[in-house]
Amino acid sequence: MDYTSQEMMALMAAREIHDEDIVFCGTGISMVAAMAAKHISAPRSIIFFETGGIDCELRELPLSVGDPRVMVGTTINAGLVESFAILQNPRTGPRTVAILGAAQVDPFGNLNSTCLGDYHRPRMRFPGAGGASDAAAYAGRVITFMLQERRRFVQRLDYFSSPGRPENPQDRFRAGLTLPRESLVITDKAIFRFDSDNGRMFLSKHYPGTTPEQVAAEVGFEIETRHSREASPPSTEEIRLLREKIDPLGLIIRRPSAPAR
Amino acid sequence: MKNKVMSPREAIQRYVPAGSHISIGGFTIVRNPMGLIHEIIRQKIQNLHVYVHSHGQAFDLLIGAGCVSAMEVAYGGTARFSPSGGIRFRKAIEQGLVRFEDYTNHQMVLRFLAGAMGLPFLPLKGVTRTDVFKKWGFNESFRSQNPRLPDKKLATLKNPFDPPGQEQELIAVPAIQPDVTLLHVQKADAEGTCRIEGLTFADVEQAKAARHVIVSCEELVSREEIRKDPDRNQIPFFIVDAVVPIPYGAHPTACNKYYDYDDDHLLLYGKMAADDRTFQDYLDTYVFGTENHADYLKQIGAKALQTLRADPDLGYRPRSNRN
Repeated sequence: MDYTSQEMMALMAAREIHDEDIVFCGTGISMVAAMAAKHISAPRSIIFFETGGIDCELRELPLSVGDPRVMVGTTINAGLVESFAILQNPRTGPRTVAILGAAQVDPFGNLNSTCLGDYHRPRMRFPGAGGASDAAAYAGRVITFMLQERRRFVQRLDYFSSPGRPENPQDRFRAGLTLPRESLVITDKAIFRFDSDNGRMFLSKHYPGTTPEQVAAEVGFEIETRHSREASPPSTEEIRLLREKIDPLGLIIRRPSAPAR
Repeated sequence: MKNKVMSPREAIQRYVPAGSHISIGGFTIVRNPMGLIHEIIRQKIQNLHVYVHSHGQAFDLLIGAGCVSAMEVAYGGTARFSPSGGIRFRKAIEQGLVRFEDYTNHQMVLRFLAGAMGLPFLPLKGVTRTDVFKKWGFNESFRSQNPRLPDKKLATLKNPFDPPGQEQELIAVPAIQPDVTLLHVQKADAEGTCRIEGLTFADVEQAKAARHVIVSCEELVSREEIRKDPDRNQIPFFIVDAVVPIPYGAHPTACNKYYDYDDDHLLLYGKMAADDRTFQDYLDTYVFGTENHADYLKQIGAKALQTLRADPDLGYRPRSNRN
């Protein structure tokens, strides 16, 4: 079946979500991934947003994490204080999975969602650290969506908004934070994980139709590729659910375009 | 019972002088106090210092209209309607038109909570190696010249309950006490008791932190009615200074149970805000060219507003009903 790299990306993240996970979502494709997980592989997972919507039913795809669509059929409607408590609380925190996005990522999974160029007078400004920086610090697991572009996979971030794998784990322990059990970067071409010894990103899977070399060419730092295996493509059923149930109007997920003549 | 009902014009004249430190309630494209913000722009109130966590349409418009000289913010944007960030927010920073300080959402919310509790700061767990911790937007001289601002953006402290030498390091966030917080809620009575339907975001903390609170509401209800079901109320009357009934007062952002966000208008705004000249046209048409919010709603059109009406059970307008 024909599918887009964006659909592949959303479904790869959905496959990483399990029953019992408490999923902290951002706007856009991360909502699609969380909803896909709930419909496909993890019906008992709980979706919540920093805005305070907890265990959202999501009959319709929200366009903001504050959207009235996140307030329906919840277990409780609360506020931001409550949501950040869920991420940090020793009982619920370890069960949380944060799904984030960013403009740049470095070899340790640190993220930039603030600006390009000088911080005080940037060439390009973005929304800012938001709740992603907090979620990256607190969540039990972290999944980050990125586009596979060399300019986004950088040795050094223009601005360090959100923490990834620590270069010195002692820093986190001293701050009362435990290590995220797992961190992943999922792109339109590949999945990256992090080496438990040196904290660095490595290529874990490349999508059908790409090679580890092609992926590495779109990474702006040295990347280990020898463990990479080909990811299994989405099933017809996964694609059908994505298009018919989760984003039927194509608000986030674009449909494959007709073949060019 | 004190009747605090007043017009937007009077509320803004009374409580938002130039140079005020203000905070704005709501979130990205939901429950932004647009009617009140339009009035600030109409009155050309300048030099505002703005505190927000994740904002939003009202925030972007206020910056674009030149009313803001400094801002403390975690996220500036309207979610899917400006995925790379609020259009005038970005421009103002890229062109060096405003002073700005970046925090995280959790930090901003705890700053409001500290203000609400009358504490100088609150501690939180966090990572000090980020640029959010290390880089300051407001420099030391700006901070020292401005008695309203703490001398530092953030600081660290050690958990005093840990054994010596093994103390956990925490980040301390300074309290915010705005001069005034502006909110839009679903229901209020003339005295100021407020009912928010759906998520409260950090509105309650923002209200309690401020010296004055202006609330605009979709519906003004009687004291008797709002007190019949106090479990559903969040803001006590005695911290509210002005109650401003403004139907569709959050348009083009959503007001849960009343109306959805206006996709068409937010897209139109996005287009017009991208260019300085067309942004001025936007302001001339929708803000300066209108006397008040009722007049603004005429510009939007009764038919457009009607289509935004929320399904009462869902709280929004289902997309399947749209053409």
